[in-house]
Amino acid sequence: MASYNTNEFRGGLKIMIDGDPCSIIENELVKPGKGQAFNRVKIRNLKTGRVIERTYKSGESVEAADVMDTDLQFLYSDGEFWHFMDPDTYEQHAADATAVGDAVKWLKEQDTCEVTLWNGTPLVVTPPNFVILTVTDTDPGVRGDTSGGGGKPATLETGAVVRVPLFIEIGEALKIDTRTGEYVARARD
Amino acid sequence: MPGTSADWQPTASRGALKLRATLLARIREYFSVQDVLEVDTPVLSRAAATDSAINSFTTTYHGPGAGAGNDSAPGLYLHTSPEFPMKRLLAAGSGSIYQVCKVFRDGECGASHNPEFTLLEWYRTGFDHFDLMDDVEQLLRTILEGITPVASVDHWTYRELFLELTGMDPLTAAVPDMQVVLREHGLHDPVGLGPDDRDAWLDLLMTHVIEPGLGQGLVFIRDYPASQAALARMRPGQPAVAARFEVYLDRIELANGYHELADAKEQQQRFEQDNARRDAQATGTVEIDQRLLAAMQSGLPDCAGVALGVDRLLMYANRSASIDEVIAFPLSRA
Repeated sequence: MASYNTNEFRGGLKIMIDGDPCSIIENELVKPGKGQAFNRVKIRNLKTGRVIERTYKSGESVEAADVMDTDLQFLYSDGEFWHFMDPDTYEQHAADATAVGDAVKWLKEQDTCEVTLWNGTPLVVTPPNFVILTVTDTDPGVRGDTSGGGGKPATLETGAVVRVPLFIEIGEALKIDTRTGEYVARARD
Repeated sequence: MPGTSADWQPTASRGALKLRATLLARIREYFSVQDVLEVDTPVLSRAAATDSAINSFTTTYHGPGAGAGNDSAPGLYLHTSPEFPMKRLLAAGSGSIYQVCKVFRDGECGASHNPEFTLLEWYRTGFDHFDLMDDVEQLLRTILEGITPVASVDHWTYRELFLELTGMDPLTAAVPDMQVVLREHGLHDPVGLGPDDRDAWLDLLMTHVIEPGLGQGLVFIRDYPASQAALARMRPGQPAVAARFEVYLDRIELANGYHELADAKEQQQRFEQDNARRDAQATGTVEIDQRLLAAMQSGLPDCAGVALGVDRLLMYANRSASIDEVIAFPLSRA
């Protein structure tokens, strides 16, 4: 079983805590001049997303979490699972609703997502920073209004609703920033 | 990451480098006015600090001047503080002395630690630790004047401070009592800390509960538990406590001082206890400084001494959150 010494702690390192895979956000050496050294770490539980704090006696070994970030192509959803494929090995991975989380509203078939795998199972799905999605429903466009002021809701092909300028029409392809959920521009062909 | 494009540059700003020069000049001026002698003792030593929480770097000397046989290539420690040779000077009749030097501690690197750092250490003959705390305050007020003045000064005993902030008596509490306090503060038991190491649990409370609860400004904590006496003499009482103090500035540990233990026999026993603890925790025993013991045997004058982290002081003066901001080239760029 792989393990890390507390001296190897740094941001991004994946370790096991109470049976769950976690990622170190911050690691701080706490040591009185004449006393015991500790590593105080802020950690994200990769299963629940919760941020917790833990303290280790410096020099201890901690079990490593077999977690890796991979670029996988989204294939399709069968309603229960979202299926991804490794473009190099063609190996497929099925992510459940917990792993997909909020990413679900940006997932378009054939887009490449960053998928965090734990022992080969998807743990977290991160959509691309920018996605191109087609408008399936919105109020009729107001021609000539290109000021960008105001705006209206538009439903996209994945079901996501974003605020768009008044001139956007049904059937147009839009570039969306998935980190903010905001409209960026019309997609150029 | 060796060789990347920008890592030849210092991590400290020009302003921070200038502040270092200013504070060092003011420190020297303060001691010159006070008629305290500046001294210079070796970085390399055949003996080391025995403290089980401090680890020395080691190296080896080759060439003329080395001894014969087993001593032909002697192992040497880089000092973790200049305490032992400075006490030998005191025993030789130097009178009050100070030193500003680089010291080295293996395994210490972080936001307020660098394995090589600047220490100001001084000893005042005829002082006890109360006199020396006043001296520390006067030094800080003098050298920080017009830069980042010290707003307030607070004095606590170790026991009163724990009672005030946790309701727990640190001199009598057992480890399960400490675990209750930790949980009250939302903290988990640390991974790897055994139930026998009472002092480590006290250190945990000190760093995770007490330090964050300290006020701003200068805080002196004195009268440490007997088990944390280090090189301080004991003060009689129920229970007896160590004539040791720590100085905090805006919640950062800045200095550690003692009314110095002068009894050579007791000093030797403490060294041996330290080495036994080192052996038990597999950090390895170190050479005990026989020359210090001989000097104490011949007579260490009644004195108090303190070691102050100059880089930490610069962090305060420069309002820096990281020690890298006040060191030209920290470990990552050394």
